[in-house]
Amino acid sequence: MKIAVCVKQVPDSWAEKKMNSGRLDREGVDAVLNDLDEYAVEEALRIAEAHGGNEEGSSNTVTLISMGPERAAEAIRKALSMGANNAILISDVALAGADALTTSEVLASVIKAEAFDLVICGTESTDARMSVVPAMLAERLSWAQLTFAGSVKVNPDAKSVEITRVTESGVDTITAQFPAVISVIEKINEPRYPSFKGIMAAKKKSIETRSAAGLAANISAWSDVVDATPRPARGAGIKVEDGGTGGDALITYLAEKKLV
Amino acid sequence: MSAVILAEFSDGKVSKTTAELATLAARTGDVTAVVLGNSQMAAQILAGPIKKVIAVDNADVLAYGVAAAVDALAAVIAQESPKVLLIASSAFGKELAGRLAVRTNSGLITDAVDVAADATATQLVFGGSTTVHSKVSHGISIITVRPNSVDPDLTPATPEVSTLTSPTSATSQLAKITSTQAPVKGGRPELTEAQIVVSGGRGTNGDFTPVETFADLLGGAVGASRAATDAGWYPHSMQVGQTGKTVSPQLYVACGISGAIQHRAGMQTSKVIVAINKDPEAPIFEVADFGVVGDLFAVLPQASEGIKARKS
Repeated sequence: MKIAVCVKQVPDSWAEKKMNSGRLDREGVDAVLNDLDEYAVEEALRIAEAHGGNEEGSSNTVTLISMGPERAAEAIRKALSMGANNAILISDVALAGADALTTSEVLASVIKAEAFDLVICGTESTDARMSVVPAMLAERLSWAQLTFAGSVKVNPDAKSVEITRVTESGVDTITAQFPAVISVIEKINEPRYPSFKGIMAAKKKSIETRSAAGLAANISAWSDVVDATPRPARGAGIKVEDGGTGGDALITYLAEKKLV
Repeated sequence: MSAVILAEFSDGKVSKTTAELATLAARTGDVTAVVLGNSQMAAQILAGPIKKVIAVDNADVLAYGVAAAVDALAAVIAQESPKVLLIASSAFGKELAGRLAVRTNSGLITDAVDVAADATATQLVFGGSTTVHSKVSHGISIITVRPNSVDPDLTPATPEVSTLTSPTSATSQLAKITSTQAPVKGGRPELTEAQIVVSGGRGTNGDFTPVETFADLLGGAVGASRAATDAGWYPHSMQVGQTGKTVSPQLYVACGISGAIQHRAGMQTSKVIVAINKDPEAPIFEVADFGVVGDLFAVLPQASEGIKARKS
């Protein structure tokens, strides 16, 4: 199987995020591999390992695909050290500030050029939080959409895949033939920590950097930010010690606010 | 201008989110509501500024999910040529909106909390710390809207109802739904739509009884922190926070939740926040309008008794 995993470098989710000229200010913020993408990398590795592994000479490969600035290579390196085989990074100043529509188009044009069986993504990036790129990929590629997977079962011989889709609307079992776009929720697995051997091996793995030129992608802005303003920080209010009447004090407060 | 909204149903009944979407859409033009379902469901649209209702049979949506819904909405768009399309922000709604944006060459804005007459959308980003106004610059303004963002205009509606038959393409039948299990809600309101949410975290030690009792007395939904869902104490679908649901109720009660930034990102736009925690240094108190430093197993039962006393 040829499996692709889409990964993104994002500001550390613990860091304070700010806007600058209508875009997320990515300078001066610690950048990490989007933690939700680690579950996608882990699931891809587990699928490969359950069917002969992804060592050299085996029939499986796990390829990372990412779009971002050159320093995104650091985040990609982490996913390589988990065990992915190689990576493609699309990096171009023309893509700075690209939204989900452009991102999905760029990723789809890379995916189309290689004969992947499965593309696996996290459900969202922790910076933009739109949760739409996997579905957009399915639309652009005309592939089956198997998103919000809480479990994935692959049958490489039958070229079929079954997932359970876990959302607020319930749990669906969904099946499809290859090729398919999968997104995985963070309950699906426990991502491995890169081993020392994995970290050393990742240093020798190739990250192929491509520019946007030559991609069959139409890079344009689909929406404009009119303005972005920090909201006043939410101040702490009243704090009482529960000296045995904390529950009563709470109800008195809620009654004053007409909430009970 | 004309606007299309996708009507929301919960357990076969039209949900108040439908009127919320209509209220925002009506600022931009005459509203047509799309019902993915039969004419009985369409006949439930009786409130909100809605001029027309179009029912599109949902058998294929039940069989093929989001992809079939994209075909259905695309058929409505081809017929109605709207300038604005509003869909509720949910996993399904955002995926549907995303695919429609691709299909119709349109821009997309997700998780809006307000939409102005010129279709400028307001979003609260970075865990509610920044307000962003943005506007779609290509095609239809496709915007997903968070439930509970606006007081719905509930004026009685007498819409003109029609049906539309739209075939589902072969490509949209590639993923087949073979079984469906409805979420267990225990009769409580939908988490993202609830006016009151009571959440439990690590401090519950796995016992959500006092949290559920308090929520039920208030008619609220029950949420959970990631620590609680990771421990298997509460379903993943009830997780509030950065990687779970974003809620914005009138009242949010955090019980035994420390309030890490990831949790706050999912609840700090709530109107009133109440926190109960044993640790006086818990960061949740930094955003709480009212905090009780104490044991939730003492405070919540007393508060529940207080509500019962007020009711009797």
